[in-house]
Amino acid sequence: MLSRTADNLYWLARYMERAENIARIVMVGHRMTSLARSLGNSGNEWHSTLLAAGCEPAFFAKHAEASAPLVIDYLVRDPDNPSSIFTCLETARRNARAVRTALTVDMWDALNETWYQARGGGRFAATADLPALVDWVKERSLLFAGAYANTMLRNDAYYFTRLGTFIERADNTARILDVKYHVLMPRHEGIGGALDYYHWQAILRSVSALRSYHWVYQDRLKPWLVAELLLLRPEMPRSLLSCYEQIIRHLELLAEAYGGKRGECHRIAGELHAKLRFGRIQDIFQSGLHEFLTEFIDRSVTLGDEISSLYLL
Amino acid sequence: MGSPEPSDVNLPAAEKPETAIPFDEMGTAGQCRPHYELVRRWLDETPPELLALKRREAELLFRRIGITFAVYAEGGDPERLIPFDIIPRVLDAAEWELVSRGLRQRVRALNAFIRDVYHRREILRAGLMPPALVLHNEGFRPEMQDFEPAQGVYTHVAGIDIVRLGPREFTVLEDNCRTPSGVSYMMENREAMMRLFPDLFAHHRIASVAHYPEELLDTLQSVAPPNCQGEPRVALLTPGAHNSAYYEHSFLADEMGIELVEGADLFVDDNVVYMRTTEGPKRVDVLYRRVDDDFLDPLTFRPESVVGTPGLFNAYRSGNLTLANGVGAGIADDKAIYRFVPAMIRFYLGEEPILSNVRTFSCAQDGDLAYVLDHLEELVVKEARGSGGYGMLIGPQATQEQLAEFRAKLRAAPGDYIAQPTLALSTCPTFVEAGIAPRHVDLRPFVLVGRDIRIVPGGLTRVAMRAGSLVVNSSQGGGTKDTWVLED
Repeated sequence: MLSRTADNLYWLARYMERAENIARIVMVGHRMTSLARSLGNSGNEWHSTLLAAGCEPAFFAKHAEASAPLVIDYLVRDPDNPSSIFTCLETARRNARAVRTALTVDMWDALNETWYQARGGGRFAATADLPALVDWVKERSLLFAGAYANTMLRNDAYYFTRLGTFIERADNTARILDVKYHVLMPRHEGIGGALDYYHWQAILRSVSALRSYHWVYQDRLKPWLVAELLLLRPEMPRSLLSCYEQIIRHLELLAEAYGGKRGECHRIAGELHAKLRFGRIQDIFQSGLHEFLTEFIDRSVTLGDEISSLYLL
Repeated sequence: MGSPEPSDVNLPAAEKPETAIPFDEMGTAGQCRPHYELVRRWLDETPPELLALKRREAELLFRRIGITFAVYAEGGDPERLIPFDIIPRVLDAAEWELVSRGLRQRVRALNAFIRDVYHRREILRAGLMPPALVLHNEGFRPEMQDFEPAQGVYTHVAGIDIVRLGPREFTVLEDNCRTPSGVSYMMENREAMMRLFPDLFAHHRIASVAHYPEELLDTLQSVAPPNCQGEPRVALLTPGAHNSAYYEHSFLADEMGIELVEGADLFVDDNVVYMRTTEGPKRVDVLYRRVDDDFLDPLTFRPESVVGTPGLFNAYRSGNLTLANGVGAGIADDKAIYRFVPAMIRFYLGEEPILSNVRTFSCAQDGDLAYVLDHLEELVVKEARGSGGYGMLIGPQATQEQLAEFRAKLRAAPGDYIAQPTLALSTCPTFVEAGIAPRHVDLRPFVLVGRDIRIVPGGLTRVAMRAGSLVVNSSQGGGTKDTWVLED
């Protein structure tokens, strides 16, 4: 297939996934802020949300202060922000339109209808209800994921789409977990206090994993277990390990489809997968969760570049 | 010298005063033409509310499929739908036989003319056309001199705009020899009609249009370049998703099962064209290109073009690639060249034109200009190089200010304009806000030229949705209809 077609499929899947994940990140910020306010400790939750979304420098180039309305506006609807939910939906649809012939009718319907709904009806108006908007974004993203998983031929076009979804999802799971690192804890509210507990709970909720946590651990929330669930557990579909299992699988399928040709991207993906597959959460905490996540996000970017240079250029 | 008589190349077959009642495709009240009988009965029996419902269904259908047409005017929806009218335009077998015979003849002459222009220019030597009109024309490509494209074909897909003035009088309004669009509407309109009104199709023998993509692919494969090895690989070159006809490009590529490529997907190595794929470079033999000459190749044409591919033209001239349509075909569809087409038919084919031309005044000539300025209220004035119905004047419908403005324009740059009598375009019953009413229509059939000439029966009928309007261009708010050719 044309490299550009593969590139468009890969990126449209990434942007749809990103729209959903930014929505989830915004929801973490929203929950943490409400919690902090109810406990009488308003902190820097929105600033940490920006950091986690990777949007901090661009935001402060435009705004002086990370107030709730400004951050929400920037992450949800600002057309100048290439990762705002609205821009993601628009970019996904633009990518889709450029490769209409490579999409199934159901995929196109899902993307096209999402874009029409996003544009009309005030869904993205400043006055719109945030939780309702986040639910809508999740719903549309799930519809798209279902449409392509159920209708695409299992060939290279599908493998590139899958790669886009899971590269983006891994990146975002790492970022959501990292929100916690940036949130300043009030001096009297140490680790293990009520606020700390609610923060971890907010993170789990945002990745739809609170119930999964209880099923897996049957234990009260413990930070290292939350981190383990999101990083290392194979049964958790948004964990880094699950994402990387999908990534190496689809990179292998591509190599098979193209006569066994492999590249640096196969090696990096294998290396990262091994780290997750055989890593231990105690070791990660010992050397620093934030440091682990930062390195992981950087390596994911390199992996994306290597996939591009092997297939997409 | 200064004579008020216009310098005619050929006289129009029929020119009706603007006040006459135009020919109606269905017939006058009480006198329905036989092949319209079933449609008339259907219209009589169907309540207007049901028609209105069906029209809304049609619009939803088109919106869902994503058939849209961007318009290069300010504001508005960038992905606007072209209005679709649910009442078909019907031609009987004898009418179509006449039209298609005329089309074949005309397109053969147009190709012969283009070939001549880039070889010995016999038609100029014979003194039948002013050499400056050809050689100083923007559509003339000196780079094409003495190059022989595969099968000697220059315009592989021609869209010939035809209007009807009477029962057997079909007149060509315009030839489109470069990258005519609209064929996807021909096909989607049929698809929509079959979904909305299956009963109508059960009671008519309507010639199919669904095989157009196959015919197009066959045509493109039949003009593979001399150096092509094995089965020719065909791709469709589009300027990209922002182009107004992008939907059509993706539709055709999909229907033909070929890659839809943009300039950046291609590269040229040692005069051979390749496309970049996830498995490495793949050779391309035939490009059905929907990019204008100017933007094809920054090395040969406009250097600032970003939608083309450097080196494409040399690959073409080296016999490693066929471009369809060929470079320089635009010389044949210039509005100032148009009036010589009947002369071309006589000169190259030794035949009398089957389809007539509209009398055309070239404002560059003093005599014509004087006549045009005197009769501006009766005439239609068009830019010689414009298209899409932009920047034209319709004399009988113009205000005094518009007339004065055009008089000034004509005096300032007469060579930029041509003028034609206002024609009584035929009308066809159309479903509008007020109910069913006659609206003016034209017809664009698509002629495919490869080893042989093929025409899918029918074409795109465009309809002016406003009462009395003669402008059918979709860029000016015109709509479309399904076009039926009935089989005997």
